[in-house]
Amino acid sequence: MTSTSTRPESAGTASSATPLLEIKGLKIGFKTQSGYVDAVRGVDFTMMPGERLAIVGESGSGKSTTATSIIDLLPGAGEVTGGQILFEGKDLTKATPAEMQAIRGRDIGYVPQDPMSNLNPVWSIGFQVEEAIRANGVATGKQAVRDRAIEVLKEAGLGDADQRLKQFPHQFSGGMRQRVLIGIGLSSRPKLLIADEPTSALDVTVQRRILDHLETLTRDYGTSVLFITHDLGLAAERAEKLVVMYKGQVVESGPSKEILANPQHPYTQRLVAAAPSLASQRIQSSIAPTHTNDVEISDEGADDAELMKRAHQREELGKRNASYIQVENLTKLYKIRQGGFKTTELRAVDDVSFSIPRGTTMALVGESGSGKSTVAKLVLQLESITSGTVAIDGRSVGALKGKDLFDFRRRVQPVFQDPYGSLDPMYSVGNTIAEPLVTHGIGDRKSRQKRVHELLDQVSLPVSMVNRYPGELSGGQRQRIAVARALALKPDVIVLDEAVSALDVLVQGQVLDLLTDLQTELGLTYLFITHDLAVVRLIADNVCVMQKGRIVEAGTTDEIFANPAQQYTRELLEAIPGANFEFGR
Amino acid sequence: MPSNTTPGLSPDHYVAPLDETPLKAVDAVDETEKPRSSWNDAWDAMKTRPLFWISAVLILFVIVVALFPQLFTSTSPTSGASLPDSNGPAESGHPMGFTLQGLDVYARVVYGTRASLTVGLLATVLVTLVGIVIGSLAGYYGGWLDALVSRLGDIFFAIPTVLGAIVLMSVLPSRTPLTVALVLSLFAWPQIARIMRGSVLGAKSSDYVMASAALGVSRFRILIRHVIPNAITPVIVVATVSLGTFIVAEATLSFLGIGLPGTVMSWGNDINAARASLRVAPMPLIWPAAALSVTVLSFLMMGDVVRDALDPKARARR
Repeated sequence: MTSTSTRPESAGTASSATPLLEIKGLKIGFKTQSGYVDAVRGVDFTMMPGERLAIVGESGSGKSTTATSIIDLLPGAGEVTGGQILFEGKDLTKATPAEMQAIRGRDIGYVPQDPMSNLNPVWSIGFQVEEAIRANGVATGKQAVRDRAIEVLKEAGLGDADQRLKQFPHQFSGGMRQRVLIGIGLSSRPKLLIADEPTSALDVTVQRRILDHLETLTRDYGTSVLFITHDLGLAAERAEKLVVMYKGQVVESGPSKEILANPQHPYTQRLVAAAPSLASQRIQSSIAPTHTNDVEISDEGADDAELMKRAHQREELGKRNASYIQVENLTKLYKIRQGGFKTTELRAVDDVSFSIPRGTTMALVGESGSGKSTVAKLVLQLESITSGTVAIDGRSVGALKGKDLFDFRRRVQPVFQDPYGSLDPMYSVGNTIAEPLVTHGIGDRKSRQKRVHELLDQVSLPVSMVNRYPGELSGGQRQRIAVARALALKPDVIVLDEAVSALDVLVQGQVLDLLTDLQTELGLTYLFITHDLAVVRLIADNVCVMQKGRIVEAGTTDEIFANPAQQYTRELLEAIPGANFEFGR
Repeated sequence: MPSNTTPGLSPDHYVAPLDETPLKAVDAVDETEKPRSSWNDAWDAMKTRPLFWISAVLILFVIVVALFPQLFTSTSPTSGASLPDSNGPAESGHPMGFTLQGLDVYARVVYGTRASLTVGLLATVLVTLVGIVIGSLAGYYGGWLDALVSRLGDIFFAIPTVLGAIVLMSVLPSRTPLTVALVLSLFAWPQIARIMRGSVLGAKSSDYVMASAALGVSRFRILIRHVIPNAITPVIVVATVSLGTFIVAEATLSFLGIGLPGTVMSWGNDINAARASLRVAPMPLIWPAAALSVTVLSFLMMGDVVRDALDPKARARR
């Protein structure tokens, strides 16, 4: 699925029919101790039969709330406070619970977001599919239901469905579970399928296969699909109409291609500009480097030529310090207990070698389970190395102990993936950033406070944040605090383990800009672990592609993106949603 | 829907007017809000609940009575008995009547508060301290220490607290509030240790622990500074509730005659003493029992409120 020309023109031709779904002035509020908080503030859109529509927005924009309100599954305190949801002309906001129950599943299918938690672990897959079939009255009688379940799973792309019926969710991979959920959602041939971030939790290549399959199925059945997604590229690729939501309101809606090519509302323009795609270039810092030892750079206007020159200079600089971080034949074995006294060995990292020049960014790309995060932990010395060496600035780090290890910690700092987990919720922002200084006994109370303020300034956060707690901050703000903490000891190397993966695209862009600026300003070397090739394009100088613990391809970012040598790399590149789209601005 | 005036756009391309959908800076910080720690949040959640204020006032009152009983009565609880008053009804100056010995019930209830509360507080503090230390060491360091401590805990867990205390108290030479508290905590610590262990296991695998390790913070310091503060809330909840149960346990032991000696005034002892004449004069038994119930109830209510405030999941369900 690389072309959009195969799409039938159902959107235009269905104009004579009545709309399948019409949402008029929908308002949704959440009841809290201090009255109603509006989550959705007047949303309008219309879907024709057979049409695919995507609601795009960042977290908290109200997109999922809108979708769940259609099938009356708003979480606890949520309530529709105004407007209409017309499904085939019938107002669902006035439907009785019994009527809603009949519509749910039978007329409107739903594919939830997280395949890991949306299947009940104590029941077999077969039971859960059969349950849906029976509930919607698609088939009756034990054998008929069983046959239909097998059919549903086969349609969803699980070939050996008859054997798989007896298996349990934990025996399925994330992609397979999502296929089951899609199968359940489509089992009664609904007129409308709501897919709420159906593939956000999956690897890109799996995501692509599943979305392709979903597209084929729904086209065959003539099902309308309402996608909910944060990914503009995915939305544009999979739906002919877009609804862009921002803070509970629709800011722009219309044909996907037109919105991408010609975004009108400033928010949409911002989104389109921030969407990482293959056309993007590496972010160049707007700050002239000050710490890059011997390279002199004038601080004149940063036009394109100047930026090119700087990039060139950085490359030159990189060549001179050919290998600041040198990883050779790195291997990590895990012993897995298999009940009793039996153990098997898992080769998480298998003979991995790469080197990172000083002041550059190396991206380690791979899907979940490829061993990329283990490499990060080995470089950080948070796990012991089985064999091979990691050398930083010519010193092997594997054997460091006591004082030497303590000093090593000053020079190599991590930023982790989950911005909600990597900050101690009981520590105020000031204490969090000061912790490395206290630990390493740097300065007195006063000078530490000054340094904390300096660091907050470096990550563009106001000084008033020092008394805040992580619970009050957004994901992006927390991640900036984590960066500030990592910078506190003035390290040379920062290991970024999926550091921007959990962030909304605009916030992600902001953090990437910040990281680039800091690199130029402080001469930092980054090891950037990610599954997202689109982000790699924006930040990395060099790329290593990992698969099953091995590096399958390595090279400069330009080489890899222009001429991927390996089939696996090509698949990864092709799977980036919206990769072949024209973006405006 | 307002129609589009921009040329070159298809008719179903809708753009919201900018003045209705103002754009905010990306990820802006709201500097007007006041900083909130999770303890602040818990306090805010608690102070809006009437149950919190009722139980807080009751607990405060009980504590004042225990500290300064002479403020509440000028009658002596141990002397001035006269036989004609034995099991006598309430009269002016003696609002709760007289015991079998002819002593003032009100004064005895007031003076008995101290022993009950001392045992309850002492046992709770001991159990919580021991439980936190043992539970967090076992959960954090794991390995043989965990195995040893967990099995040891299981052994004590298998013995009902009161039954174990009855056996032990009956062989102890001296019986004071301190020994009663020690005996009770000896059998009650595994509960707190278990909760702490589980909670520490959860907290030690979080990313902020790894981040601190990568900063070079020592293992023990991580336990003290990061793991315990994040793991302690369920223990606080259980400790608040168990304070009430320890007061009951003391009363039970005293009622059975193996708790505090008869020379120490306590509600349990008085209930025991009044038992003999329950049918002819129930009041000398009912008054100390009521005091006991109200005290225990106020601690249980407090535990309930604290749990709701500290556990956001419980709060959401309310």
